[in-house]
Amino acid sequence: MYGSQCAVNNISLTLREGEIVGFLGPNGAGKSTTMKITTCFLPPTSGEVKVGGFDVTQHPIAVKRITGYLPEHNPLYLDLYIHEYLRFIGRLYGMSGLRLRKRVDEMIALCGLEREQNKRIEALSKGYRQRVGLAQALIHDPKILILDEPTSGLDPNQLVEIRKLIKDISRNKTVIFSTHIMQEVQALCDRVIVINRGEIVADNALSTLLGSAVQTISIIVEFEGDVQVAEIQQIKGVTEVTKLKPNTFRLTAPTGTDLRPEVFRFAADHHLSMVGLKLEENSLEEIFRSLTHQHPV
Amino acid sequence: MIQVLAKEFNSFLNSLIAYVVIGVFLVGIGLLMWVFPETSVLEYGYADMDTLFSLGPYVLIFLVPAITMRSFAEEKKAGTMELLFTKPLTDWDIIFGKFFACLLLVWIALLPTVIYYFSISALGNPVGNIDTPGVIGSYIGLGLLGGVFCAIGILASSITPNQIVAFIIAAFLCFIFFTGFNSVATLGLWSGQALFIKQLGLLEHYESLSKGLIDSRDLLYFLSVIFIMLAFTKLIVGSRQW
Repeated sequence: MYGSQCAVNNISLTLREGEIVGFLGPNGAGKSTTMKITTCFLPPTSGEVKVGGFDVTQHPIAVKRITGYLPEHNPLYLDLYIHEYLRFIGRLYGMSGLRLRKRVDEMIALCGLEREQNKRIEALSKGYRQRVGLAQALIHDPKILILDEPTSGLDPNQLVEIRKLIKDISRNKTVIFSTHIMQEVQALCDRVIVINRGEIVADNALSTLLGSAVQTISIIVEFEGDVQVAEIQQIKGVTEVTKLKPNTFRLTAPTGTDLRPEVFRFAADHHLSMVGLKLEENSLEEIFRSLTHQHPV
Repeated sequence: MIQVLAKEFNSFLNSLIAYVVIGVFLVGIGLLMWVFPETSVLEYGYADMDTLFSLGPYVLIFLVPAITMRSFAEEKKAGTMELLFTKPLTDWDIIFGKFFACLLLVWIALLPTVIYYFSISALGNPVGNIDTPGVIGSYIGLGLLGGVFCAIGILASSITPNQIVAFIIAAFLCFIFFTGFNSVATLGLWSGQALFIKQLGLLEHYESLSKGLIDSRDLLYFLSVIFIMLAFTKLIVGSRQW
């Protein structure tokens, strides 16, 4: 509770070791608050939170030792140099000496910071600062990683690299990261938790979630030359035809049917040129929106 | 705690803060002690360091808040509180780390003034005619005074994310604690309690130490004030937990 506003209302979730979990939700849903509670930054108003067997209110230091946290706005000490900063963080976790220096070098290599490694953090671009943030979360090799919007503000190249990084380092760790970007969830996660207005609205394996809300699949096909709707409805398996544009149609069929070979055969039989054929994936975006539909802003 | 101390102190050295503070302090004290005729030892004619010890605190009231103002205020502004408080450190580790970093800087600023002791001692008639125990007591007092001001400054910094406000509050509180109680004691309201009111203030105990007799009551007083200020800081910093 923030004052009288309930940010997170009675949520209950358990992460298994080695899972990568995507934490989805609209802005203001309570993702960051949940993460702040889990990392002992905020206390839970009620209820119990345990990380690695340790309770966050009773053994906060033990919890902090085994977690790596990348906070939402990636706060950094801008006046420090990268090496300096990482060494400082490493020392806070009890590392020292040669081992620390080697570990810092490993982190710099892992996060792709070699070329920028002699700069002050304030001289880095956003993408590189994000990498420094990740490096400090990983430096003590924590078993549990909590990443709050790890890819926010990155350009498409950096996105790919950071996602690859997260995938690589996540072996043998339990990772939970929050995001709005569906491709990320599809690329990285085993399990997806969706939160809305402080309550969990979905908690499934990724495949289940993708399959669940979808009863039908659609393809969009564009022909060159005139085609009648009535003719298209003849195609085996098609339950519904919608005309989008002259000669562009959406064909709908029950989940599991692949209409594309049939459509191809149809075009061949009727001597039509098929100019476009696309499988419309019932995207995670739509599932997200249906689970979290909000009042119009 | 050591790591926080080292980082804070290095930040002082990496920015202009350390150099400006030490420079301004030493230049100011140097001018007051040797150059300006009103306060200069050379004009005064007596071989003692009273100028340093009577004016020093006022220079510190102005400078110590400048050192401490960024300790928590900047962390709040930059959001690094969240970073620091999710590392395996206790609140006390963080508070003491910052406190001792500031205190170290103050003591380093005070250290060069020991040269004045040797200068004045050599100028004395006969040579060496200086109240050494008094000087030692005064340095202890000044060092502890620096400690109290640092603690007040850190408390002020934890109240607000605005460094200017932190500075002003710190300077004001330092002034109140130093001379405020004496001034309040002069009001005619207190029948016999005037001395007690004075003893609540820093000046009384500072002057007492300056006499050269290290009274444990004075030491205890300084340490208590430092601890109380830092305890309030812990309260405020820990209040996010409520």
